[in-house]
Amino acid sequence: MSSGPAAPVPAPPRRPFFLLRGRFWVASLPWAWLLLFFLLPFVLIVNVSLSTPDLAVPPYVSPFSQPQAEGRPVFPPAFNPDLGSYRRLGDEVADLARPGAELQYLRAFGNSLLLAALTTLCCLLVGYPFAWHIARSAEGTRNTLLMLVMLPFWTSFLLRVYAWMGLLDSSESGLINQALLALGLIDAPLQLLYNSGAVLIGMVYSYLPFMVLPLYANLVKLDMRLLEAARDLGARPWTAFVSITLPLSWRGIVAGSMMVFIPAVGEFVIPDLLGGGGVLMIGRRIWDDFGPNQDWPMAAAVAVVMVLLLIVPIMVFHRHGGRGDGAGEAGP
Amino acid sequence: MSARADSAPHFPAEPDYLRIEGISKRFDDALAVDNVTLGVRRREIFALLGSSGCGKSTLLRMIAGLERPTAGRIVLDGEDLAEVPAFRRPTNMMFQSYALFPHMSVAGNVAFGLRQERPRLTREQIDARVAEMLELVQLQRYAARKPHELSGGQQQRVALARSLAKEPKLLLLDEPLAALDKKIRQHTQLELVSLIRRVGVTCILVTHDQEEAMTMASRIGVMSEGVLLQVGTPDEIYEHPSCRFTAEFIGETNLFHGRLEDGRLNGSDFPAPLAIAAEAMPAPGTEVWLSVRPERVVLGRQPPAAVNGNVSINAAQGEVDEIAYLGSHSVYHLRLGGGGRRMIASVPSAHWGEASAPARGERVWAWWLAPDGVVLTR
Ligand SMILES: Nc1ncnc2c1ncn2[C@@H]1O[C@H](COP(=O)(O)OP(=O)(O)O)[C@@H](O)[C@H]1O
Ligand SMILES: [Mg+2]
Repeated sequence: MSSGPAAPVPAPPRRPFFLLRGRFWVASLPWAWLLLFFLLPFVLIVNVSLSTPDLAVPPYVSPFSQPQAEGRPVFPPAFNPDLGSYRRLGDEVADLARPGAELQYLRAFGNSLLLAALTTLCCLLVGYPFAWHIARSAEGTRNTLLMLVMLPFWTSFLLRVYAWMGLLDSSESGLINQALLALGLIDAPLQLLYNSGAVLIGMVYSYLPFMVLPLYANLVKLDMRLLEAARDLGARPWTAFVSITLPLSWRGIVAGSMMVFIPAVGEFVIPDLLGGGGVLMIGRRIWDDFGPNQDWPMAAAVAVVMVLLLIVPIMVFHRHGGRGDGAGEAGP
Repeated sequence: MSARADSAPHFPAEPDYLRIEGISKRFDDALAVDNVTLGVRRREIFALLGSSGCGKSTLLRMIAGLERPTAGRIVLDGEDLAEVPAFRRPTNMMFQSYALFPHMSVAGNVAFGLRQERPRLTREQIDARVAEMLELVQLQRYAARKPHELSGGQQQRVALARSLAKEPKLLLLDEPLAALDKKIRQHTQLELVSLIRRVGVTCILVTHDQEEAMTMASRIGVMSEGVLLQVGTPDEIYEHPSCRFTAEFIGETNLFHGRLEDGRLNGSDFPAPLAIAAEAMPAPGTEVWLSVRPERVVLGRQPPAAVNGNVSINAAQGEVDEIAYLGSHSVYHLRLGGGGRRMIASVPSAHWGEASAPARGERVWAWWLAPDGVVLTR
């Protein structure tokens, strides 16, 4: 247990745990949060992923369940995991090299990772100047701009995606097409909806605030005199940006990218609505397996693999602290 | 006055190395720097002295190119800097809070400017120069440290090394010692001066600390509210202030306000008309101030005897109100005549000889020679 600096003799008497100091409880709050809202559900999902599909309610047989006939339950219960779902994923990996393999899960994984990566990159490219501008505005303007960034959250997410469908509609009634036709810039309506461009626009639009806010929080702390010092020492603007601003805002970039990338991997509503559902996303697969296919163990297995795939690189990254160590606490 | 570094060699024929001509800077509605004209000589340490917010930093930043002048020009070594961007100017600045790059080591900070040189320097050249600079400020052993792992004094030296590494034509120091403890500050002042002299760089120093300016600079420019009021050597500025602001800002003084009539100052709150020195007398009827430094005032139990020659004396009786004993001298606060006019006198401790020094409440005579008062018209 952590209790500040090394205590001088005599050691204070031990208290029962429920009388521990308030600091202990405050410090343990994040852990409680993690346990309750991540670890516990995750364990349940792992349990489902190791179950056998069944035509029942719920539609699986837990690995801990015991044959009905045996009467009195025993403790500890027998553990009979069914690795079938994982095996199906493993078979797809083994099939990777075979031409013409179907690979429905791996493809969906690939599509989702690619879309998430593209979304993150675009959000970063759009969000960085955005956040920079807000951070460098006068204090009064700053709050207004931040309000504007968060304003879209006041309406339903789904409603906003539908609004984009109205904007991008590829018939003559689409708002953008209407405007372009009226201006005489085009003769026939453009195919704006149901392609990857539309999906990317929708994704970047929806996730941009998650990039802007952490970046802003980081950039607003950046000491502008460091940039002046760099300029004074002969650095051209681009050099100053690359050698000072970028490394010092590295933590903000990482935080923003994670805030965008992680939820974007699971996203399937936007690709379905704006992309026409032609491209299968991993989130959609999970949804289908939980819903229409009634294959909960398979859906759970995919979810588990996805969490592990995301969490392991993040933990490795975190352990090594990224770059820009100590840069967050800049200044004398 | 404190010990002062000896003046830089001064060749009147040599044109000013840095010329600032009628420079102004307006922020929104406020004029931060108001029509400043100034010349700085080669290898000189020049101090800009003024209270906080008077526009010193803004002037310095305009020289560095970090701020664009509203009007005026800056010419350094014959080159007009107007269109030269900050990153190409042959000036380097040491920032008030050092502005060290927190993510780079000490060596990285010092090397930063060298890496920007075009044509490029080789790695060996840069390493050699960094080593030379770190040796100059005696931080060789700290090359690999990050700035936050250093003490304030060490950070200050890193900042200095960084701003000297490129051999600038002009070194700009913005309150270089303000962030240091008072104790190490005084010692660092002289160290900094000797280092700058050794390097031989022309230097403009900004400070709000008059003692620092007088200790370090060969010449001082006094600023107030964006205006450059007076330029001169420390003793010129102290002994011959050109205006009330300078007289009161640098050291302490007694000011008497009145009108000139027949070579005397009438209407002041001194009990008698004041005799003033004859040279450079303003026109009769002019409203003037007379500044008398405390150490020019003599105290005695008897009225002053006439002085030989035709030097006039201003004398009055007053009551000792307060005494601050400071070892080598004491500062007496007097109430003149019967009125409320106060006056300060700085008297050497040896002045009273065998007799005891006057006590509080005692009536004494205070006087000074007419040439010791400085006539100010503004
Ligand atoms: N970027 C700026 N925008 C608006 N006003 C400024 C700016 N920089 C300085 N000022 C104003 O100009 C005046 C002079 O500032 P400064 O040069 O920093 O003074 P000093 O360095 O003598 O303390 C101050 O009144 C300050 O408020
Ligand atoms: Mg300043």
